[in-house]
Amino acid sequence: MAVIAPPPVRTERRETAPVKAERLSHLRRTFDVSGTPYLYIAPFFVVFAAFGLFPLLYTGWMAITQWNRDIPGSEHTFVGLGNFVRLIHDDYFWNALLNTVAIGVLSTVPQLLLAMWIAHLLHRRMRARTLLRMGVLLPNITSVAAVGLIFAQLFGRDFGLINWVLSLVGLGKVDWQSGTWQSWLALAVILTWRWTGYNSLIYLAALQAVSDDLYEAADLDGAGQFRKFRTITVPALRPTIIFSVIMSTIGTIQLFTEPLMFNPGMSPTGGDSREFQTLAMYVYEQFWTHGKYSYAATVSWAMFMIIVLAVGVNYLLSRRIRSSA
Amino acid sequence: MRTRRPATLIALMLGCLALVATTVSACGSATPGQTQLVVEIFGDLGYHDLYTKYEQSHPGVKIVEHIVSYDDHHKNLQAHLLGGSGTGDIEAIDGGYISQFKVMSDKFVDFRDYGADPGQWLPWKSQQATGPDGSLMGLGADVGGLAMCYRRDLFAQAGLPTDRDQVAKLWPDWQSYIATGKRFKANTPGGVAWFDSGSNIFNAIIGQAPVGYTAPGNKVVVADNPAVKNAFDLAVEAVQAGESAKLATFSQQWNAGFQRGSFATVVCPAWMTDTIKQNAPQTSGKWDIATIPGGSGNWGGSFLTVPKQSKHRKEAAELARFLTAPEQASWIFRTQGHLPSQAALYNDPAVLGNTNAFFNNAPTGRIFTGAARTLRPQYQGPKDGDIGPLIGLGITRVDKGKQQPGQAWDQVLKDVANATEP
Repeated sequence: MAVIAPPPVRTERRETAPVKAERLSHLRRTFDVSGTPYLYIAPFFVVFAAFGLFPLLYTGWMAITQWNRDIPGSEHTFVGLGNFVRLIHDDYFWNALLNTVAIGVLSTVPQLLLAMWIAHLLHRRMRARTLLRMGVLLPNITSVAAVGLIFAQLFGRDFGLINWVLSLVGLGKVDWQSGTWQSWLALAVILTWRWTGYNSLIYLAALQAVSDDLYEAADLDGAGQFRKFRTITVPALRPTIIFSVIMSTIGTIQLFTEPLMFNPGMSPTGGDSREFQTLAMYVYEQFWTHGKYSYAATVSWAMFMIIVLAVGVNYLLSRRIRSSA
Repeated sequence: MRTRRPATLIALMLGCLALVATTVSACGSATPGQTQLVVEIFGDLGYHDLYTKYEQSHPGVKIVEHIVSYDDHHKNLQAHLLGGSGTGDIEAIDGGYISQFKVMSDKFVDFRDYGADPGQWLPWKSQQATGPDGSLMGLGADVGGLAMCYRRDLFAQAGLPTDRDQVAKLWPDWQSYIATGKRFKANTPGGVAWFDSGSNIFNAIIGQAPVGYTAPGNKVVVADNPAVKNAFDLAVEAVQAGESAKLATFSQQWNAGFQRGSFATVVCPAWMTDTIKQNAPQTSGKWDIATIPGGSGNWGGSFLTVPKQSKHRKEAAELARFLTAPEQASWIFRTQGHLPSQAALYNDPAVLGNTNAFFNNAPTGRIFTGAARTLRPQYQGPKDGDIGPLIGLGITRVDKGKQQPGQAWDQVLKDVANATEP
């Protein structure tokens, strides 16, 4: 629409009367040049301040009080870092952290490997390429709640499809929603199914920058599909891998809906012994079920610090990977 | 391309913003001169036809109903009360949540100011919604009552009597209910269990005790109250005898359990009859209803409240009184099965004589009112809704063989202590 062009420079008209007007126009010009850029980027910062920064600071404020749903006026009781001390001695917090990390690793590693391979395959010239490329995104645009419900049914103990197949092969029934390893595995399957397509599209986009000559040269040298994948695709994707690992890490730490829907009865405990209670579910349980607002805020802040830490480690690792490339 | 001064541009942007804002705020407002009352409930309380009736007799009132899921509804209400805006004019609160919201009873209108008499309802029902200062923050809608639904066909296969009076004689108390379960298991081939889940049995048992999880004064007494340990031990004995189908209540697998006949009995409040009918319509006529071991009890049932945030408190209170009046409650029971909580209806032949064809014409009116009438009121604390599920998880851990009863109880005590600290 409107384009801001530098206003015409006015050199004539140097009488005393219009000095005021001159100053005004000078101000306007200064604002135009050095003010408007801020105006253009303001929407992001205003939204971020309202929905990012304010909640962050307010949560920090909550974490140093003893606000409890069932104690009126408790939001004015200050306990300093008491909640954080309690957090360090809280077995269930560490359990939730372990579950989150384990489910994250179990889902992210196969997910990214699979995504790279799919991106490699979709990069080739083939029939209905666009359709297939769009198709891999389908699991990602399906409603999470629906995905959670359907997988909870597939992994059902008594009448689930997966246990039915297992019993056909002669293996016993597995209680997927109760028990550490089986629930981690089941959740990793759900997450992999949901996010592989999304990551492969990101990799595919990165592959567009790779010259076809490389693949053609490899073809001439008689390289197989896997050889080309290893020596051309993977090295070309290195910077993108770092990006997707960071995104997956953040996503993992915030993991919530899938494990919640996966639990029969949908309680935020994640199984009867908290086998798959993630950090976000723990926050939810403390806040909504037990009404421990301040403690929930403390766990949220711990999550924030864990994300910062994880991203920092990722960054250091990625610098090493980049320099070794 | 034209150039535009920044000032003009800003003015234009602000104008657009203002335009958007007015359009948004214009949506959702009622026609001038009309009072719009928003009723927020969970599940269907069967009010729909009553709204139409009310609107006809009260021109100028427009009623809008929002139905949200059980958990989300109560979470939204909590958030809107904390935030100071966003509640409806009438908000339903479930019996399991009422003691939690009673802590904030100053955020709800006192229905006594609008002419409501607490004596209109069962004494324990009104008492549940009575604040520490004697204010009546909720009007009783329905109650659960409690009975035992059982499968006649499975009972016959196991050589147990099928007539509901004889069945009731099998289990005057919980000890004999568990013993009958052992008899049933011994005579039933295959994987049919005696009941759906140990935690439901536990809840029914503890509901009959004079003191539950919390003593008056809001002191949590789970560790000191022998009745809680006793109920836990009974439930654990039953699950260790293999009587449980190990199903989490309201889960999909639990729903499937009704369809496949995975269990022979289920603890049954009045609203559960509707749940069974919806879940497994093909089992019509196979079910029957007997009295609950111990004779009395309640599970669920709701209240109507008016948050002080409402801009139409008087109109909302009037509508709430209409919806919970005996005439309407009797009509809802006869057409939709929600058991009334109005004391007058407990002598009403139309309610007492009600039967349910799906359950082999069981006299639901007599059975459920009997259980609700004889209930010994138990003090409920704000944390009771959190404590029950934690004990239920302990019973499930024993049921699935993950823990010995002693270990499970120790963890329950630890979890309860953790949940009830500030």
